[in-house]
Amino acid sequence: MEDLGEIVGEFLMESHENLDQIDRDLVSLEQEPDSRDLISRIFRAIHTIKGTSGFLAFSRLEKLAHAGESLLSKLRDGVMPVTPSTITTLLATIDGVRSILSSIEETQAEGDVDIDSIIAQVNAQMKAGEGAPAAEAPAAEPPAAKKPADEKPEPLDETPKRAAPEPVENQRKPLGEILVEQGGAQASDVGSALAQQIEGDERKLGTILLDEGKAKPAAVSDALQQQAPKRSIADSAIRVDVDLLDTLMNMVGELVLARNQLVRGVMEVGDATLVRSAQRLGMITSELQEGIMKTRMQPIEHIWSKLPRVIRDLSNSLGKQVQLVMEGKETELDRSLLEAVKDPLTHLVRNAVDHGIEEPERRAAAGKGPEGTLTLRAYHEGGHVAVEVADDGAGLNVERIAQKAVENGLLRAEQIPNMDKRDIMAMVFQPGFSTAAKVTNVSGRGVGMDVVKTNIENIGGAVSVDSTPGEGTVWRLTIPLTLAIIQALTVDCGEQRYVVPQVAVLELVFIDGNSTKIEYASGAPVYRLRGKLLPLVRLDKALGLEPSGDQGVYIMVLQADGRRFGLVVDRVLNTEEVVVKALNSRFKDIGLYAGATILGDGKVGLILDVSSLARRSHLTADAERQNMEASARAKAGSGTGERLLVTAVGERRVAIPLDTVTRLEEFPRDRIEHAGSREVVQYRGQILPLVRLSHLLGAYGEEPEGDTVSVVVYSEGGRSVALVVDRIVDIAENSTTARRDAEEDGLVGTAVIQQRVTELLDVRRAILAADPNFYTDLENDDMLVEA
Amino acid sequence: MASRQFATFEVAGQLFGVEVHTVQEVLSYNEYTPVPLAPPAVGGLFNLRGQVIAAVDLRVQLGMVRKALEGPVMNVILRGDGEPVSLVVDKIGEVVDLDDERFEPPPDTLSGPTRELVVGTFKLDGRLMLALDVTAAVDTTRATT
Repeated sequence: MEDLGEIVGEFLMESHENLDQIDRDLVSLEQEPDSRDLISRIFRAIHTIKGTSGFLAFSRLEKLAHAGESLLSKLRDGVMPVTPSTITTLLATIDGVRSILSSIEETQAEGDVDIDSIIAQVNAQMKAGEGAPAAEAPAAEPPAAKKPADEKPEPLDETPKRAAPEPVENQRKPLGEILVEQGGAQASDVGSALAQQIEGDERKLGTILLDEGKAKPAAVSDALQQQAPKRSIADSAIRVDVDLLDTLMNMVGELVLARNQLVRGVMEVGDATLVRSAQRLGMITSELQEGIMKTRMQPIEHIWSKLPRVIRDLSNSLGKQVQLVMEGKETELDRSLLEAVKDPLTHLVRNAVDHGIEEPERRAAAGKGPEGTLTLRAYHEGGHVAVEVADDGAGLNVERIAQKAVENGLLRAEQIPNMDKRDIMAMVFQPGFSTAAKVTNVSGRGVGMDVVKTNIENIGGAVSVDSTPGEGTVWRLTIPLTLAIIQALTVDCGEQRYVVPQVAVLELVFIDGNSTKIEYASGAPVYRLRGKLLPLVRLDKALGLEPSGDQGVYIMVLQADGRRFGLVVDRVLNTEEVVVKALNSRFKDIGLYAGATILGDGKVGLILDVSSLARRSHLTADAERQNMEASARAKAGSGTGERLLVTAVGERRVAIPLDTVTRLEEFPRDRIEHAGSREVVQYRGQILPLVRLSHLLGAYGEEPEGDTVSVVVYSEGGRSVALVVDRIVDIAENSTTARRDAEEDGLVGTAVIQQRVTELLDVRRAILAADPNFYTDLENDDMLVEA
Repeated sequence: MASRQFATFEVAGQLFGVEVHTVQEVLSYNEYTPVPLAPPAVGGLFNLRGQVIAAVDLRVQLGMVRKALEGPVMNVILRGDGEPVSLVVDKIGEVVDLDDERFEPPPDTLSGPTRELVVGTFKLDGRLMLALDVTAAVDTTRATT
């Protein structure tokens, strides 16, 4: 009984594969109805199912498969033409077979799947078809010669015959035969060599021929090469249980850990022989790990293969014409990830057919061909795999999404004008969000896109959407290659060691406090990375630990979710391959940890979740956009705009050229003193005059609360002044074209920066307001030097 | 007469017990990785033969001040729901065979966090053993005072 169970299991697995192939082939057959190869292949596959089900006494399955086979044989013999309705009938048959198989899988019995109606459908199809033989396939056409005699079309009521055993093909052809055929050796020489072997010569045939000079080495190696591919697929590939692979993967993970511990120990001992052995062990482990990982990699084709059928059925039911293009189907992904991507991908495809691609009439009206194109694209991109679902449909309606988002309370109406088009589009990933005018049975119920997002994020991936009105929409999934083992940097923070996935790390900066230092913009730590301010997150603070100093620390420049930021840690130790272990759900709510791992010393280390660190530390969306804009500009090679420090003064945004900014400081309110009518502050042994931009610009509003004031310090020639602002907002690049000259004192103009109207400060005027003698003294000094 | 086996341990002088079948193993361990921002009852994580185990400090669960995890600490590793979890205790006691007739519901005078974790009292010779509700004992999301 056990044995039979195993056979049935194998049959199920094999049949599912066959059915998927048949699905694909049937859809292709509809495109090229004359393809004899496709018909034969489908026929063979269904014949195999029929044969095995007969052998295993699944009589209903056998009957159904037999019906399908009969219809197919008519197509094959050219008695009936291939029409969309025959394809539909055949697909229905395949579906019937599939449901019986699932029933067998679940209950070990065929169940009560309704096969009679399908068989009736098949019969009706055959009757209808026989009356009208295909014009393009005249009956006179000779049937394929290779067709076995027992596979002629049979009437349905006859008990189906047992499938003939597959002919034993593809066995290795003897080397001698190949050599003789190719003229590489004489038949008589081969004969005598064979005779020698029979007499007990243990050398191989090729070796004998070579040794005796009866054949040229090139001819023998050619023949061997030719012989090699003859090894059938059954010999070169075996089926392996995924559970076994998972176990192996876990064990390799443990091995990697043990190796890390051993290597560390050996390094401490320092024995040369041991070090060599350890290195060798390290190499073998790495290769083994790579090998095991490879066994788990599967081409994305595996999950794409079901999609042609999905698209065909859906587009037919919606009256649309859709052509499917697949690019990069050989791109490989870890099996567990493929599984996780399958449903989201299917959803995106259904959505694209349902909402993306328009009806033929609407396409024609828009000046496009009646047939829409759906492109599936997969490619590698920096340690990730990107999978795109692109349609050439109407595109997303940004206004409607915005309107809907406001209606649902996800956005406020006044936010919309300032928002990036892509940010508005990303609203479709919010739960319960749908702009579909009517709910179809396919999509539009507002469930789905948020599930897509959640599922993809659960495996450490990301989803995004971009769309051009009238031209189409691209949904893009970014998926990590594998989950189990990652390259990571170990860092120290406080007493503890943490792990940062290396994929997020762009560079490391050591802060010595002199040539490199952390600065503060209104209390927010920043670092000038090649002239550009990088927002910083202190890991100790983010973890709620005692903050350490600003000197002798490291900044890890990280990128996550399109945000770039610096993570301040005490020490960066080394890179290590770590095995990701899932964290107990009790730590999920903290959100800072992506998992845990066992470090080289056997202790548990927490893996930091870089994107949630960025989110938790309130890096604003502005910073993100600015970064993306900046990098986009850098790519376009047009980063020539001047950089501006954007500050808030009352309700207004005032920009100061960054070149004129020496430092950003915070002063406690009570340190502000008065000298005459002026406000001053003691600063680095100087008296620093202050000017409040709010007074200068006449922007009297409420004084911002708080014990400190934010100032922008400007220094030249040993003199400094400080401009008091309410808040430092951002650093931006001024590449805008919308610019007006000033009508107000103290300003040089107005510009649109980051979609907001921003005033450009007249710095000279502001400095003079703070210190009327600032420039005169400088000029006098200069004159003195010159004189 | 129905009887059950209990693994016993002490926290702050009080004897507690859990049914033996809920216990995977008992061991002493001395290196814990703290988890910043985790619920206060989580003492830390440790490596049990390659598996990451969370150690729940029973003292904190019982409303007491947490104990510094320094030096070897006794862990009662419970099978848990799906994955093992450890209860940090002061001292491991014996495994005892107890008849159901020795059982009584928790006394009415027992209140506070302890009351929420205890399903009953067993009268042993000379002392009382409180039987713990295993699920509640390791539930760190429970509001602790």
